[in-house]
Amino acid sequence: MKLIFERSKRGRGCSILPECDVPVVLPEGDRRERELHLPQVSETDVSRHYTELAKQTYGVNDGFYPLGSCTMKYNPKVDEETAALSGFTEIHPLQPVHTVQGSLAALAKAEELFCEVTGMDGMSFQPAAGAHGEFTGLLLIKAYHKSRGDLKRTKILVPDSAHGTNPASASMVGFTIVNIPSAPDGGVDLKALKQAAGEDTAGLMLTNPNTVGLFDRNILEITKIVHESGGLCYYDGANLNAVMGVARPGDMGFDVIHLNLHKTFAAPHGGGGPGSGPCGCKDFLIPFLPGPRVKQAEDGYRMSRMETSVGDVKAFYGNFAVVVKSLTYILMLGKEGVAEAACNAVLNANYMMRKLEDLYEMAYPGTCMHEFVMDLGKLKHETGVSALDVAKTLLDYGIHPPTMYFPLIVHEALMVEPTETESRETLDTVIAIFREVYRRAKEEGEKLHQSPVKAPIRRPDEVQAARKPVIRYEFTEA
Amino acid sequence: MGRFVVSTPEEQQEMLKSIGFQSFEELFADVPEAVRVKDGLKLPEGLSEMEAFDYLSSLAGKNQVFPHVFRGAGAYRHYIPAAVKRITGKEEFITSYTPYQAEISQGLLQSIFEYQTMMCELTGMDAANASVYDGATAAAEAAAMCIDRKRRNILVSATTNPEVIRVIQTYCFGSGNQLILVPEKDGETDPEALKNLLNAETACFYVQQPNFYGILEDYEALGELTHGCGAKFLMGFNPIAAAILKTPAGYGADIAVGEGQPLGLSLNFGGPYLGIMTATAAMMRKLPGRIVGQTVDAAGNRAFVLTLQAREQHIRREKASSNVCSNQALCALTAGVYLSVMGPDGLIQAAEQCTSKAHYLQEALAGAGLPLAFEKPYFHEFVTGTPAPAQIILERLEREGYLGGLPLGESKILWCVTERNTRKEMDELVSLVKEACGK
Repeated sequence: MKLIFERSKRGRGCSILPECDVPVVLPEGDRRERELHLPQVSETDVSRHYTELAKQTYGVNDGFYPLGSCTMKYNPKVDEETAALSGFTEIHPLQPVHTVQGSLAALAKAEELFCEVTGMDGMSFQPAAGAHGEFTGLLLIKAYHKSRGDLKRTKILVPDSAHGTNPASASMVGFTIVNIPSAPDGGVDLKALKQAAGEDTAGLMLTNPNTVGLFDRNILEITKIVHESGGLCYYDGANLNAVMGVARPGDMGFDVIHLNLHKTFAAPHGGGGPGSGPCGCKDFLIPFLPGPRVKQAEDGYRMSRMETSVGDVKAFYGNFAVVVKSLTYILMLGKEGVAEAACNAVLNANYMMRKLEDLYEMAYPGTCMHEFVMDLGKLKHETGVSALDVAKTLLDYGIHPPTMYFPLIVHEALMVEPTETESRETLDTVIAIFREVYRRAKEEGEKLHQSPVKAPIRRPDEVQAARKPVIRYEFTEA
Repeated sequence: MGRFVVSTPEEQQEMLKSIGFQSFEELFADVPEAVRVKDGLKLPEGLSEMEAFDYLSSLAGKNQVFPHVFRGAGAYRHYIPAAVKRITGKEEFITSYTPYQAEISQGLLQSIFEYQTMMCELTGMDAANASVYDGATAAAEAAAMCIDRKRRNILVSATTNPEVIRVIQTYCFGSGNQLILVPEKDGETDPEALKNLLNAETACFYVQQPNFYGILEDYEALGELTHGCGAKFLMGFNPIAAAILKTPAGYGADIAVGEGQPLGLSLNFGGPYLGIMTATAAMMRKLPGRIVGQTVDAAGNRAFVLTLQAREQHIRREKASSNVCSNQALCALTAGVYLSVMGPDGLIQAAEQCTSKAHYLQEALAGAGLPLAFEKPYFHEFVTGTPAPAQIILERLEREGYLGGLPLGESKILWCVTERNTRKEMDELVSLVKEACGK
């Protein structure tokens, strides 16, 4: 594929702006000192270029996308329509408050509904993504301890199965990370947790169901241990899709959470963002929430900052348009639809797991939640075919591979999350493909090292990319 | 009830039975009884698509859309070419995940590579990442890139957008680094104050081009002062203004960040926007978030991948340069399409019209008794004093569908003009202002 710059021809362009209707006056001072290389292309060129790029981009609309931990469910089109209403898109963030009552009503409604789903009392939509929500939640924990003069709490407990963002976020908030090992059953090792929790514990970060796809049966015991040590409990909402409507983080003993609206609540991921990672909390942490808070007064909605707020984590009010998408979604699901989605996400995962477990070794056999982890260690040992080879071979069958090599505690991991928006036929087809790939691994393993052979490109050389980084196009002067 | 579950209730039961379960209850056997939701969530009954659309439409209808916008202060109403919305609305772009599987994500990866190139072109810098959340978080992340054991103070000009200052302040609360505001003098950073504040503990100094008041400062001198004490020079740039102004690289900036919203993104009540981050080659490996690089595939053909991942959280965990995982890829794509449609001439045209029209309005307002607050060169925003209370003037404008400038206290207004505003609109605005001031 040509780069847009390689399609450029001097003198080409589109006609967008009218002639300037006032005299041209430029500011005094320094002028741009170098030529501005941007594409010079016609609208036809632009349209065809990006259509070509779109054809080499795989979305949920193209097919099965079982990326574990990412909840790639179908993104309803009406969400795009509501977010595109001009009454939302054309609103300046600094308009007078009486002219943005609709936006504030949407934020207030979203806060009410998402608090009910999670068992929280207040929520800020300012965080722009999951990791940003984690960062915010940890700031709340830091502010809480500080407000009590409890300055010795410098440690955050993180299970070794956690997402990489957990320790990275804790580190940004100045905490030291204490890794808690997983027990053989995949849950938190209670003994290790008890040993680690103490008067220097600021809090625990936990994903439940955890990253191996299991609901931690000891959850009440876990949150109790942390609370008794004086720490707070943080819920990473990445896996909420499995249990929404079934169990609430607030009832499990969590004090502060984040949601991934772009996972659980069907907002699309846009090739890496924009997401939305609202941070929710129990009553006693509300005074620390970031950004302007929406409140209903007699004459309409108002915004104000909390005196003891941790501050703003982003300009304005977060990724508002993404919140509108997820608000539309949850309003449509309603009381019953929320749990129905979770139940079917779990059903689809178990269905796939059961129909594959005679061939593929499961890292944690039994009943899974919305995702399961396959351990390809034995297959690799026997055939030389790795998790990477299996994933790349799946590309040749036109499906997106599962998440690879995560969680880190399973070495040849493939993590499969089918979601509730896939049909039984799709699952059956995909199961057949996985089985076929297994058979080929056994019979012609050598060949799979070359996969994919039908995708737009062959395996890229990542080592070269990192060793001699080329991260921009270099223009040759014409 | 709206439903996106594909299987019918009968199919669900069949599937359950086929894997040995009698009910959904059994699937959740690991969830302790004590934490189960009893009697369902207290949520309203689910809506059909039509009802949901109508409800959200009614909310959108409660907002007031101003046909005439003269307010900026960090969010700018520019013209968005039709091709931008059509192209970025393609389902493949909207519904894909972060391009972990390069073989089936070449389109998305290439679009980010092109975006990175364009950001380097705008700023003159060597390297760009695939974007972060917005301009404010980009500034906070940039400051964090400069911290080392000895240098932990972040100097920020008081002429910076307050939204940006607040976010840097919050990140500092987290990291324990210290934010020190460099006082302003006549709408610009006070160079004497900067000189006095710079020392061996200064990690960096951040200043905006143009600044919050629209003013173009003496970046040459500020950069020299900063580098003179061994600190990093950080600039916040406006991507439209960049088409005609001396680039951050030209001023010797080590990192240049910006709010990318002007590049084809709607106002959207504040988000999603686009955090642009660019840096010198020397600081490239400290950039947070995703970076796309060029390489070759096994057949020797050009290919694109996520690269330099050793910086990132999924590899480095607590030692990562940042926790950034999701970015604003679709917004970066939007910026790429916008810049392709505008081209160099179109972007220069937009920049020249912004500043020309701003100067036209400023003179007309001065004639109406609203003097320029700071006699300094400015791009497309400027501050005036007001003969009548700012609120009176703005309310008069509001009644006629004009969103006037942002009030700064009771007797100053920060105005913004873009290529989207016409001479007719500006003339009308000035006569409304005159009326409000009793002239």
